[in-house]
Amino acid sequence: MNSVLAATSYVLVHVPDMVLHNGSTQTTERTVNPGSAYLEALPKHIRSYEQALSYAPNQTYIGGLTPQQLSQREQPWYPQPVEGADRFARYGEIMPQDEFLLLLQICDVFDLVFLSRDFVTHTRAALAQHPLMNQDILARLKEGVDDEQITNFVNNEHAEGLYHKGQLVGYIKRAHDVDVNLTAHVVHENLVSKASSVLSLLHLIHNSGLNPEEIDYVIDCSEEACGDMNQRGGGNFAKAAAEIAGLKNATGSDMRAFCAAPAHALVTAASLVKAGTFKKVVVTSGGSTAKLGMNGKDHVKKDMPVLEDVLGGFAALICENDGVNPEIDLNLIGRHMVGTGSSPQAVITSLVLSPLEKAGMKIVDIDKFAAEMQNPDVTKPAGAGDVPQANFKMIAALAVKSGEIERGELNDFIQRHGMPGWAPTQGHIPSGAPYLGFARQDILDGTINNAMIIGKGSLFLGRMTNLFDGISFVMRANRGQDKREQGISRHEVRGLIAEALRSFAGSLGDQAGGSHA
Amino acid sequence: MSLLKDKKLIIIGDRDGIPAPAIEECLKDIDAQVVFSSTECFV
Repeated sequence: MNSVLAATSYVLVHVPDMVLHNGSTQTTERTVNPGSAYLEALPKHIRSYEQALSYAPNQTYIGGLTPQQLSQREQPWYPQPVEGADRFARYGEIMPQDEFLLLLQICDVFDLVFLSRDFVTHTRAALAQHPLMNQDILARLKEGVDDEQITNFVNNEHAEGLYHKGQLVGYIKRAHDVDVNLTAHVVHENLVSKASSVLSLLHLIHNSGLNPEEIDYVIDCSEEACGDMNQRGGGNFAKAAAEIAGLKNATGSDMRAFCAAPAHALVTAASLVKAGTFKKVVVTSGGSTAKLGMNGKDHVKKDMPVLEDVLGGFAALICENDGVNPEIDLNLIGRHMVGTGSSPQAVITSLVLSPLEKAGMKIVDIDKFAAEMQNPDVTKPAGAGDVPQANFKMIAALAVKSGEIERGELNDFIQRHGMPGWAPTQGHIPSGAPYLGFARQDILDGTINNAMIIGKGSLFLGRMTNLFDGISFVMRANRGQDKREQGISRHEVRGLIAEALRSFAGSLGDQAGGSHA
Repeated sequence: MSLLKDKKLIIIGDRDGIPAPAIEECLKDIDAQVVFSSTECFV
């Protein structure tokens, strides 16, 4: 029997100072063009926490708005704040930077993160009020250090500065003198990913109502690599985050496939549960510092706020079939194969059409498609267009080519089967995963019967292959398969006997009628 | 396509648009030299 998607969580962390100090567009610019007009103008385009909080796509990401509500709002979305936006919503929260810096230190188990004494004193109370920060987690928070120590390590010891509201409030020190895999920069990137994954896990546990000790296995699907000079991508983010989140009976591993990793991880999790290897598997991911402000130059040029100022995280719980939650149908898996080719038509055929044809289904039989969910507010000003719409157009075009819809119905198909993009451009985060929570709810509510989640990955960025990658799966309403497979019920036996008797009686009647003729 | 005849080409494809190998495929019958070809991801 298929396993089910039992719960999801979605978190964002507003990190404006990390945009300036850690985003790769900014760090590269600082290296190659340190006095650039862009770097000078950038701070004026940074949003406040309140602005990020009331931003409609961010509210949609955490479940404060539905995709339908977002699609009814006029684009671009950034000039029109959501009235009464809350930090916490159905699926998670938007955490402010100061609390996240404390969480970063909590997630450090090697004495690499140091925060100023004043900063810890002033921020501790806020984090302590967080509804999901239990005593085990808060007890990991260390006391602060003197400001002189911070300045010394940043200026003289290759440490990465931690900033809040433009002030240096801490540092991450390098974990090795010469190993480039353990520089302060890399440790910072990895700890940020870990901490935002921990936050996602805490919300998932809350949303699912589970005892965290019931989780058997965790799969991390972010895009970072942790290890040392002898095993650069050794891992294991999954187990490291599970430790802080209190998943005491879990082990785990990392899956990497660029932006397609969440879809690969979800298919793997569903397979592990269906096979009976584990009963409860969590797929989790934290966010990426490198991608902060990735399109910042175009946003500044167009006099907009820099919208890539949040880290994204999500988690999903896959369980044995409970007869209620939507199933992950492992008979409907699409995959981009080595020999598939790279044209958009070949890619979408392999991910969408091929698995459906194999199951005797059509493209129009899928109620909702979730492919690349990037927020168009971010991508359009940078010339990358509306990425979700481009994907839906290609799926619609394939439906036209297959004779399922008329050419004139193309836009209507996109309206009915697609959705706007609301995810931050955090690589793996937008790739189908943002719709999991809504898809689960829409299927439970009966609004839709099924949804196809599509992950796509740019393998060529790693310079190991020119190949593209992708994998898709279908979530569908629970068919109570487990009950049927356990055997035939007394009620069903009665029904079958009644039908047989009716048929027998009918045949007697026919024979009687025939004799009268 | 005669526009590209005998030219040296740099191809930058877009992952969510037309990837570089697909552009290369379209140009293989033309007398042009592809000196660099790469697909980039802009998201």
